[in-house]
Amino acid sequence: MAEDYVLEMHGITKHYFGNRVLNDVTLRVKPGEIHGLVGENGAGKSTLMNILFGMPVIHSTGGFQGEIKYCGNQVIFNSPRQALESGIGMVHQEFMLIPGFTVAENIKLNREPLKDSFLTKAFGQRMKKLDWLRIRSDSRAALDTVGLGIDEMLPVVGLPVGYMQFIEIAREVDKEGVRLLVFDEPTALLTETESEQLLSAIKRIAATGVAVIFISHRLDEVLSICENVTVMRDGEVVTSVGTPDPTTTIERIAELMVGRKVERPEYAKRTQEPSDEDTILNIENLEVDMPGEEVHGITLSVRRGEILGIGGLAGQGKIGISNGIMGLFPAQGLVTKDGSEIPLNDPGHAYQQKLAFLSEDRKVVGLILDRPIEYNVTVVATLVKSMFQKTFGARSRGIEIRDKKSAWNFTMQMIRELDIRCTGPGQIVRRLSGGNQQKVCIARALALEPEILLVSEPTRGIDVGAKERILDLLVSLNREKGMTIILTSSELAELRKVCDRIAVIYGGNLVDILSPDDSNARFGLTMSGRRAEAQ
Amino acid sequence: MNRDYRKRIFKKNQPNEASPSDSRFLRPGGRGFTILGLREILVRNIVPIMFVVLCLLGVRWSGKPALFLLQEVVFRMSRNSFLVLSLVIPVMAGLGLNFGLVIGAMAGQAGLIFVAARQIPGMPGFLTACLVALPLALGLGYMIGKIMNKAKGREMIAGMILGFFMNGIYQLVFLFGIGTVIPFSNKNMVLPRGIGLRNTVELKSIKWVLDDLAMAKIGKVRVPLATLALSAALAWLITGLYRTKLGQDIRAIGQDMKVSQVAGIQVDQTRVVAMMIATVLGAIGQIAFLQNIGTLNVYDSHGQIATFAIAAVLVGGATVSRATVGQALLGTFLFHLLFIVSPYAGQNLLGSAQVGEYFRVFIAYAIIAVSLALHSMQRARSMASRR
Amino acid sequence: MSLGTDNPKEIDSLKDSRDASSVSAARIGSGMFSRVLNTVGLPRLTVGGFVVALFVLGGMKGLPLHNLLSNSISRFAMNAVMALAMVPAVQCGIGPNFGLPIGLLAGLTGMVSALELGLRGFDGLFVAMIIGGGLGTLLGIGFGLFLNKVKGQEMMVGTYAGFAAVSLMCILWLVLPFRNPELIWVLGGKGLRLTISLKDAFGHLFDKLWRFKIGGVEIPTGLIGVVFGLTAAYKLFEMTKVGIAMDLAGQNERFARAAGVNCEQMRIIGTAISTALGAVGIIVYAQSYGFIQLYTAPLLMAFPAVASVLIGGATPLSASVSNALVGTLLFQSLLATTVPVAQSVVGGDISEIVRLIVSNGMVLYALTRGHGGGNGE
Repeated sequence: MAEDYVLEMHGITKHYFGNRVLNDVTLRVKPGEIHGLVGENGAGKSTLMNILFGMPVIHSTGGFQGEIKYCGNQVIFNSPRQALESGIGMVHQEFMLIPGFTVAENIKLNREPLKDSFLTKAFGQRMKKLDWLRIRSDSRAALDTVGLGIDEMLPVVGLPVGYMQFIEIAREVDKEGVRLLVFDEPTALLTETESEQLLSAIKRIAATGVAVIFISHRLDEVLSICENVTVMRDGEVVTSVGTPDPTTTIERIAELMVGRKVERPEYAKRTQEPSDEDTILNIENLEVDMPGEEVHGITLSVRRGEILGIGGLAGQGKIGISNGIMGLFPAQGLVTKDGSEIPLNDPGHAYQQKLAFLSEDRKVVGLILDRPIEYNVTVVATLVKSMFQKTFGARSRGIEIRDKKSAWNFTMQMIRELDIRCTGPGQIVRRLSGGNQQKVCIARALALEPEILLVSEPTRGIDVGAKERILDLLVSLNREKGMTIILTSSELAELRKVCDRIAVIYGGNLVDILSPDDSNARFGLTMSGRRAEAQ
Repeated sequence: MNRDYRKRIFKKNQPNEASPSDSRFLRPGGRGFTILGLREILVRNIVPIMFVVLCLLGVRWSGKPALFLLQEVVFRMSRNSFLVLSLVIPVMAGLGLNFGLVIGAMAGQAGLIFVAARQIPGMPGFLTACLVALPLALGLGYMIGKIMNKAKGREMIAGMILGFFMNGIYQLVFLFGIGTVIPFSNKNMVLPRGIGLRNTVELKSIKWVLDDLAMAKIGKVRVPLATLALSAALAWLITGLYRTKLGQDIRAIGQDMKVSQVAGIQVDQTRVVAMMIATVLGAIGQIAFLQNIGTLNVYDSHGQIATFAIAAVLVGGATVSRATVGQALLGTFLFHLLFIVSPYAGQNLLGSAQVGEYFRVFIAYAIIAVSLALHSMQRARSMASRR
Repeated sequence: MSLGTDNPKEIDSLKDSRDASSVSAARIGSGMFSRVLNTVGLPRLTVGGFVVALFVLGGMKGLPLHNLLSNSISRFAMNAVMALAMVPAVQCGIGPNFGLPIGLLAGLTGMVSALELGLRGFDGLFVAMIIGGGLGTLLGIGFGLFLNKVKGQEMMVGTYAGFAAVSLMCILWLVLPFRNPELIWVLGGKGLRLTISLKDAFGHLFDKLWRFKIGGVEIPTGLIGVVFGLTAAYKLFEMTKVGIAMDLAGQNERFARAAGVNCEQMRIIGTAISTALGAVGIIVYAQSYGFIQLYTAPLLMAFPAVASVLIGGATPLSASVSNALVGTLLFQSLLATTVPVAQSVVGGDISEIVRLIVSNGMVLYALTRGHGGGNGE
């Protein structure tokens, strides 16, 4: 081999709007090597891959610093297309297959072997005929490489999901001159047997000299097939370790992924600390069919007056819990508040029982962006609790209509109390910053006078300073108004900062309930689905 | 996209969902491999079957001799099937039913007006009309394609409204442009005030040129072989297109624009090309149609072209997302047979031919409304099952 | 509560960056023209500009301006209710109601029935409205149920459902057993007449009510009163809980669902109100026009109504009562002034062409402007 490494990324640094998301990252991959890349959500893995592939989002936000060497030459890819053409392949998390096409047509999509026809001369290249013999034989060869024994002329539409991943890989393998393949969570949707087959396919591919970057949350898989593992945290490479090294264990990698010091400020003491004797909400065997965040049967009790954190990696089901309780996605199970049942699959009903919800999908479910603050704050209270209304016409026979004045006054009060930075209650919500939009959502929840506040990813898409203020606001609602808060977040640090207890969800199940003071290693392991004893 | 997995949690009681892992070599159920039962054949072809029955009843009630109906249907088939066939490519490209067909027809009529004004006779006249219409149709098709790219997901309504809009422009040109901006020497065709074309343009010079090129007589029925051959050539070209790279790209973008884009197919450009082809075909189709009719109603002839062509292809069993040459031809036959018999049937049954005429218009509109609705319901269902 | 401060100017994240940049782009491009364009909107600006230009041109050609003005006002009042029918449709989330002909048919049936019963004057008019409105509500409920099954394709399906209804009704006009000699062909024909004169029944009743002239300009107070009465009633409905819920369902289905709103039901309510308003609208139109036009006349009447509300600044996703009123005033003024002005300049009736180009151009503009025509996704 002329060069030692297929890919070398050196000193990669990337800023998004003044936030540094990658700092001096280095990644090296040899031919035939399977290189693991692990880290929490937001650690910078996908940004790094976006840089490698020259995604438009990178260039439109000011490019990056550092250098990339591919096959010994310094390169910068300006578009994914360029990267693909130079032999870097990507197996997508989302299947990029055309359902009505056959397996072979999908494998050769836009790379069909062609032959001349009499029309070619008159109308150019696109009138060339498809060379079906070669389409079939090439596809067959690629399918054999990945070990999928299906007929290449079957339409994709009826195939089981597991096959689709293999067809995707076959397509990448079939591309000429592939030197590097990136797998982004390839086993996320597969069953255990399928995963094993996939891993052995990856090994077969690597054995032909193709370098592989393997991104996964399943640490056992990473350790079983990767020769080297790069661990990222907060946009930096924490370490790069070799798996033959006996000190490289799942526990160690988990600790490296999570490890950061958490400053837990001294919050005011409550007059009565929450306890297991006095629960406000009981969840039994909750199952929620929320796409990408399924919950498979969770039993959990919420203490009156506590801040309960729900944590876990993206896609493991933590988001599904509050959405299921609020009736936004199909759910089954039993949820009771103070002994009375909250009917599931009946959105709006939970509001009647003094629950309120701040959705993770703030811009869609949380706000009507093109309406004023005052409308956003009061509309749900009007619909659910007939608040902010007045009588039009004679008192006995009149009709109830919206009372803009009381709505306006309440909004003014909220703007003052929550310090929403705006020009007034009439301002359109779209014009507010993310932090202030979140405060509008909180004001809307407060208008409902809830006893339990379910908060989902409250700091997502909000800048650092504003994050702190939102968290402080939640704590003060808890301490001053005695509100019970269920806080769902992907950011472990913020859960550990404000919560009394943290329930960790993996694979749609509750793994463990941890104390914010538990060790990094224990958090890391629990988040990758292993129950660990306290040390 | 992880359909099965997501549904899995509520499907514990459905063990028949074959786990892919333990059935590596198992062929997934159905889809062209199992032999269809009679029931399924009926369900899949319910629309054409319904229309066969309707046509048979209509033929009976009309009380007309079979020979007369056959002759009528042969002529209608020969002059309409080209236009109906032109709808296949946009459907293939995912642009849906091409309501913008009227715009192609307008280009064709512009060609005919040119020929009529110059009095170019015979086959040269027919070809000149096509040549004049060609650049117009290419330009208009390019414009339609660009607009469709701006209205993705709403191509059909955009095409329909664009048709109405261009009708306004067309009227502006021929009612007020002729004689003011556009010099026009043939005064016989111009309105008395000296501006604008008369409503009716006689196409004497090229009437039946294509039909008479090879008129065969089979039994007692006259068959215009050349006109039919033109449609046959188009049908052959469309099937040929499937086997080319362009055809493959058109099929791909018709199924999934996003995946095609990721695979590097130039989606927008291919859609424009498809629209240009369709518009040119619309222009030629309208010229072939009107050479049989023999007179051009400048402001009316194109009006219902798209509606009737679309209704015909749907009657043949096509849908918004799937249309074949066979469906187009079958649909043209059934729809026009119904068209011929319904006034007579109306006269015989209700004593009013008018009822029959309204009935056939109703059928055209209703079949379009119903198949658009069915398409949208099917899409909603497949979206739901995707989750 | 102890709460920190928040700097609204800070660009706060990746996700927000798009909104933020669009805001700042709007700030940068704050030239006089673009500011006017942003607040008034391209449709209102162009059509309004044309109207003003036509008035000026008409004045220069020596046309009687007060006639143009009277025409504009009466045509506005004639058509306003049909444009108003678009508002509940857009608000409930089905988008502009291209199936308006269904409502129009209900209204026509109402009028024909009142005449068949031999009712005249205000009696006839009100009975026509009650029958028409009631029938419109029923048909609207059915139409709404249907549209719930074709979410995202309401415009196209609605158009052809409307067309199909009109042609089906053509058959019924022919075969229904009407007896009143004023309605049916006197001899030779079968079924109802193509156009039915309202001269002796209830033609121009609202127009003549409290009509006065000011500086040569006729103001049909009664007619305008009817329009504003209906507008006010609808405004009141907008403020009730059902009105708020309906609007929310159209704005953001997921948000509305989360607040316990039954979006399907709201879409049915909106469609029913729209269809009923269409029925009343055609009655107001017909009494002002003096004739009932049957058969294919209602076929294309949805398009000017849709265009009006779009000209008034609505989009397929949001519309208000003022959009409908302003849009109708602008569009009808344009048409009313085009006829005489064009006649004096070009020497031909160009108004039909202007109607085609402007109304369809407007709808096309709305369709290609990017933000979704369908709802939900």
